[in-house]
Amino acid sequence: MCLGIPGKIEEIYETDGLPMAKVNFGGIVKETCLAYVPEAEIGSYVLVHVGFALNVIDEQEALETLDLLREIDALGEELGQAPAPAE
Amino acid sequence: MKYLTEYRDADKVRALLDEIEKTVTRPWVLMEICGGQTHSIIRHGFDRLLPPEIELVHGPGCPVCVTPLELIDKALLIASRPEVIFTSFGDMLRVPGSDRDLFQVKSAGGDIRIVYSPLDCLKIARENPDKEVVFFGVGFETTAPANAMAVQQAKIQGIDNFSMLVSHVRVPPAIEVLLSSPENRVQAFLAAGHVCTVMGTWEYDPLAERFNVPIVVTGFEPVDLARGILRAVRQLEQGRAEVENAYERLVVREGNKPAQKVIDAVFETCDRKWRGVGMIPDSGWQLREEYAAYDAEKKFEVGALEVSESPLCQAGLVLQGRLKPNECPAFGKECTPRTPLGAPMVSSEGACAAYYQFGRLSD
Repeated sequence: MCLGIPGKIEEIYETDGLPMAKVNFGGIVKETCLAYVPEAEIGSYVLVHVGFALNVIDEQEALETLDLLREIDALGEELGQAPAPAE
Repeated sequence: MKYLTEYRDADKVRALLDEIEKTVTRPWVLMEICGGQTHSIIRHGFDRLLPPEIELVHGPGCPVCVTPLELIDKALLIASRPEVIFTSFGDMLRVPGSDRDLFQVKSAGGDIRIVYSPLDCLKIARENPDKEVVFFGVGFETTAPANAMAVQQAKIQGIDNFSMLVSHVRVPPAIEVLLSSPENRVQAFLAAGHVCTVMGTWEYDPLAERFNVPIVVTGFEPVDLARGILRAVRQLEQGRAEVENAYERLVVREGNKPAQKVIDAVFETCDRKWRGVGMIPDSGWQLREEYAAYDAEKKFEVGALEVSESPLCQAGLVLQGRLKPNECPAFGKECTPRTPLGAPMVSSEGACAAYYQFGRLSD
């Protein structure tokens, strides 16, 4: 739950007074709140946890981490996809 | 792009492991707090690659695992109500309550939805004005900024059919309890990187000083872990006990100030019971009085509950680093990821699940 995924900001807008963004996580685009990273701009890479960017990170770091998450199969879970129920 | 695999680079990890081996002269016990780190340690085989002098024990940093049973049972009752849409992060659904889990409530017709972000719940609440939307707000400091913002926004936007069942926990009081125990064996800590991204490292200084214990903040990737372990072992060998930041690229001393501001506006610290561990003073966050209308425990009076924990499950000892998962008699027998007796066998951050998934079936 505490992993966090890096993604790239593609678009910034405001919803209900909150700064929001479309963030691309290696092909999957999710809405992300930017309230905690006032310095982020379009093209920035951010570390995202449960729909909130917590930090701006550099591109190289972002790509490496995405790679690792994909390898250990943790990307789906961090993006809120459902786990399988027990049989 | 020249170091695309820098943090997983086998040579780099090997060099750090060699350095650890050269540095260590006697036995040391280190604890990683975070369940995400536990999984990475076991997945990448650090428990087998480190010199025999270094023992890694696994800490209580699995939010799903430490959520008290009473609260899981309350969630089950609230989620069963016909007027409720119960929302949660996915990994809470299979955590065993006293007699069932949220998946079973869902199969029995409960409207239970997995959300990606707590802000999604506000949207569901707006779209379902005749329903009560309840979010299961669990987590450590990493998740608190998101959950706090959802409650703050519900109030600002006047969304009254939203509430949160809160079980937030904080790392520093848990470290204090572990170190205060007469049975404590831990001599150094690896602190959780993303918790410190939010909170910074300053909260750990008094702990390092008071208990004379090195605390090294690090990340989840193999090179981060190896670097964190090396820095902790160096401190131990040199007789130092400091807070050290080995995750500089994501952690600064003061943490994320805007996030801390929202957490502080919505939550106040409280005593909190940790499943398997017991009451830890000041270790939780609860909603402030101004946000009482969004507190699901107050909105839905579920009363005092009789809870019953599996008599076989040793999760409490595992969460305190006093028992390795594969030392539990039920491990891999009565208790497997398909038939979990305790939360650490369910959660993607639970130590028992890590040992099972990566084949640590016995020592």
